[in-house]
Amino acid sequence: MKRLSLIFLFLGLIFTANAQKFMTKNGYIGFFSHTPAEDIKGDNNQVASVIDASNGEIVFQVLVKSFHFAKTLMEEHFNENYMESDKFPKASFKGKITNLASIDLTKNGGYEVIVEGDLIIRDVTKKMSVKGMLEVVTGGLNANAKFIITPEDFNIKIPSVVRENIAKTIEVTIAMKYAPI
Amino acid sequence: MDLLDKESKPEINYTTATFKSTRVMNGHSIEKMPAGQLDFRISHRFGRINSGAYELFGLDQANIHFGLEYGIFNWLMVGIGRGTYEKTYDGFTKFTILRQSTGAKVMPVSVSFFSSVAINSLKWSDPERTNYFSSRLSYVNQVLVARKFNQSFSFQIMPSYVHRNLVETELDPNDLWAIGAGGRIKLSKRISFNAEYYYVATSTTYQGQQVYDPLSIGFDIETGGHVFQLIFTNSVAMIEKGFIGETTGSWGKGDIHFGFNISRVFTLK
Repeated sequence: MKRLSLIFLFLGLIFTANAQKFMTKNGYIGFFSHTPAEDIKGDNNQVASVIDASNGEIVFQVLVKSFHFAKTLMEEHFNENYMESDKFPKASFKGKITNLASIDLTKNGGYEVIVEGDLIIRDVTKKMSVKGMLEVVTGGLNANAKFIITPEDFNIKIPSVVRENIAKTIEVTIAMKYAPI
Repeated sequence: MDLLDKESKPEINYTTATFKSTRVMNGHSIEKMPAGQLDFRISHRFGRINSGAYELFGLDQANIHFGLEYGIFNWLMVGIGRGTYEKTYDGFTKFTILRQSTGAKVMPVSVSFFSSVAINSLKWSDPERTNYFSSRLSYVNQVLVARKFNQSFSFQIMPSYVHRNLVETELDPNDLWAIGAGGRIKLSKRISFNAEYYYVATSTTYQGQQVYDPLSIGFDIETGGHVFQLIFTNSVAMIEKGFIGETTGSWGKGDIHFGFNISRVFTLK
């Protein structure tokens, strides 16, 4: 009997753990570079991400080639010259929501969250701490964040001829709509 | 992360940027202008380097070709142009047949088809005879087969057929068969070394002069929205009909022309 209740307890744990995982495969990540010479905007609507609400773990995965630009030549240069996406096809982030305790998944509403973790671009890992909004809605979670990254941190060299056109810091926008799995 | 890896399906990964430009050197590469993009091109070929100091090694003479080329779909581009050489107007279409890819679908090469018409607008050499407009026309058809072997090396072969409606003498054939080969080696992210050669199987003369196989070598230099191509070649003409069948310069004799192609791309939509 004791054993059986233990099994039920485990089963229960597994079920709740499952119910607390949220996933999306078509989240949005965009970046924006502004200089007086040129604005460059890349959009990716095929971002995969999982939030495990039981422990606050959050994972993002991006195919670099899925970023699209208004000018095709920009896209080609982005893939060929800067991101070298044949060599480094994926970028990812793996982190944790640090203030998980303040989120009530049973009630609809918005929560400010702080996510800390590793951003990996071009096989270069950088520790990040990002402030974002997590919104509990009926049938899922919405997450939004904005942060700044520096191409130099990921060994992206910008030659002098285009230094006027590419900003030193790039603003990244994240907008995700998760559904439970 | 494991969950995401499991969930993500294998995708078709199409090869991009086999060449930096729509031209290898003189001739077309498999690259096309993407949909909605307009390429304004200006090309120059100077005179022969062996013409000596009096002609400043050819720089006193200039042949120009300018063109407007546009991508209708990502797989279809069209272009029109005009060249000094024989006062020729030209128009072409180029479309994709196969795209090199890896991943869910593996395709070892990219294949495009290129077709062009050239209209020579010189005054009639014999105004006395009955002259037809169709006598001004020549046609070129090419199959372009390319493979990007790795980040820095791409290679292309191009079986070609040229038809000229009217030729000057009985010795000049109306039909020419040729096979071209071209490639590029990237020297840095923005500079590549290119070479292109056409073997013209129908050996011929042009207006009484010996015709040689066209050979061109040069560099692609990319700066943001521009691609510059610096080129050394034994042909003056910058369109297929001209350089495949009418190259009268010989590398061996030093009949080499320096030249460049400039491409500026505008996004129209």
